[in-house]
This record gives sequence, C-alpha cells and structure tokens, in this order.
Amino acid sequence: MSAPTAETQTKLPTGTWKLDPTHSSASFAVKHMVVATFRGQFDQFDATLDVADDGTAQLAGTVDARSIVVKDENLQAHLGSPDFFDIERYPELSFVSNEIRRNGDELVVDGELTIKGNTHPVEARGTITDPHETLGGAIKIGVTLETVIDRTRYGLEWNAPLPKGGFAVADDVKLTIELELAKADGE
Amino acid sequence: MRVLGIAGSLRRDSHNRRLLRAAAALLPPDAEFVELTGLKAIPAFDEDDEASPGPAVEHWREQLAQADALLFATPEYNSSIPGALKNAVDWASRPVGSGALTNKPAAVVGASTGMFGAVWAQAELRKALASAGARVLDRELPVPDADNAFAPDGALADHDQELALGEIVAELVAETRVAIAA
Repeated sequence: MSAPTAETQTKLPTGTWKLDPTHSSASFAVKHMVVATFRGQFDQFDATLDVADDGTAQLAGTVDARSIVVKDENLQAHLGSPDFFDIERYPELSFVSNEIRRNGDELVVDGELTIKGNTHPVEARGTITDPHETLGGAIKIGVTLETVIDRTRYGLEWNAPLPKGGFAVADDVKLTIELELAKADGE
Repeated sequence: MRVLGIAGSLRRDSHNRRLLRAAAALLPPDAEFVELTGLKAIPAFDEDDEASPGPAVEHWREQLAQADALLFATPEYNSSIPGALKNAVDWASRPVGSGALTNKPAAVVGASTGMFGAVWAQAELRKALASAGARVLDRELPVPDADNAFAPDGALADHDQELALGEIVAELVAETRVAIAA
C-alpha cells in the first residue's frame, strides 16, 4: 500500500480573469528550411478565463491577425497576404474552449480554433499557476498553453520546394500562449 | 466592375492578346474590359529609381489601381515568365505590403505555339503575383498549338478549353464581386 499523497489540486480559481497584455504573449514556431525553427508573434490579442463557482470554466481569446510581427518587412507583408493569413478578409483569429481539465499544475484545454475562416478542434496543454497577490493588491494567475496544428487545414498552404528535396516551411506549427491574467475589478 | 487584361507578349499579333479577347467575350455585361497599354515602356526595376519611377511606371500603377480585377495571359519564354511582364510585376509589388497588386483579384491563363501551353510561365506568374500580395485564382488554362487554337470568331476552337476559360472568367468575376462588396 503506497503512502498517502497530498491532495491534487483539480479546481480552477473562480472568477473572471482578464488579460494583462503587456506581460503576455502569443507566438508561433515552425520548422524552416528543414533544419531550423522560425518564430514569430502577434502583438495584439485578448483572452479571458471565466470560472464559475460550480467549477465550470471557459477560456476564450482573439488575436488581431494584422499585428503579426516578424523580423523582415517583406515576409511580414507576405504573411498578411492571401497566400497566408489574408488579413483583409480574416482580420481575426479566435479560440474558445469546450472543456478545461486541471491536474495539479497541469492544464489541458479542448476547444475550437478559427484561423482564416476555418474552425477545427484543438487540444492545448500547459500549466496554471494559482492566484497570487501582486503590486497594488491585484490578484493574478498565470496560464501557459501549447498546441501543434497543421497550418494547411486552416488554409495556409503556401510552400516552396527546396532544390535537394523537402520544403521551405513545415506544415506543423506550434502555437504558444503565455498569459498573465488579473482578477477582474469588483470580484 | 472593371477588368484589366494584361498580355505578357508585346507582339502586335500576340496569341495571348487573342486569348484575352476570347476571355473578355465571356465576361458578364456589367463587366468592362480594358486592355493594358504601355507595358513595353516600363523601365527595368531599380530600387534607386523608386522615389521617382517615371511616367511609364506611374501609368502602369494607375491602370492597376483603376481595375477591380486582373486577367493575365502569358506566353512562356525559356520555361518562364517573359521578362517585361515579370519586371512590371516587380514594380507593382512595391511598396511592400501596399503595392498596386495588394489584394487585387487576379487570374492567369496562357497560350504558346508549343505543346505545353505556357503552363510553367502560368505557374510562376501565379507565384510571383501571390508573393506580391494579389488574390490569385488557383486555376490555369494552358492553350497549346496557339497557331491553330482560335476559331474565326475569336473564341477558343476547342470546346472544352472554351468552357474552361468561361469557368476561370466566372471565378474571377465571383471573387471580384466579393472583393467589391467587402
């Protein structure tokens, strides 16, 4: 018989948790030229975690596709064009959760991700950090989540074959969000 | 709706200009078709000239700006896009992200006297246009044996090819209506 272990925390902190945009990030990483990893990010996004007293919870967020940031202006323009995100017609990416499961610090979020008008289910995994009182009495939590999507399912199909085989950009893209969330005023 | 037809060949009796006119005949009545002028006068792209590119480049950009949709018909030179046409695309791609091709609906067809119908040039032109920010249809129409491809009335002699040309024109028009409504 094993020794008793500490009770595992499975409850999410109740309340409405709003994004601190300055101290949060939404980024992507994709294999480039077969050998390396290329990263970029979106500067404008929003997210809210709502946890009711009965434990039901929803995480929802939007990303301004026009706020994509990479290190080259030509690439930035190409990423905004119909070849990639088509920001004229699809200015926003969005996510809404269907189910959030917590086991200790680990978090699993199932939801629907919409990019370029295409919606598919995703499972994101990461961590949650419990509420902590910070400067000025603000109560904050931290959430990090990662998932890997096939960009071609979302209509981002551009690629270029390499002379010796392989393609310039992989289909699989890792999406990462690191959120600092503050308890909404009045709660 | 204004559709600008752009033939990649400069030759007066160009097969691709005939192909453009065959396509123009399939446009709906509310679409106005105009043919590009002045392609030959556009100087070689030079970043040093961007601040004052001259009247030929300005004329090219104005024609693009006034068009709701672009229909390209390109021949194939040495397995690729004719230099004058590629050069014009390069001018129109600037400034990066806000050039005259940005979000412009575009379709590409092509004719050649050989057996491949400029299929590589069409693929490369679609790639260059998309890279420049245009909204390019993922369709092609290779018209081979261009010397014998046209009926006396100017339509494509081959019934299936004429149908395919009509489909491409219809897709371009539909895409353009979405763009205009947005």
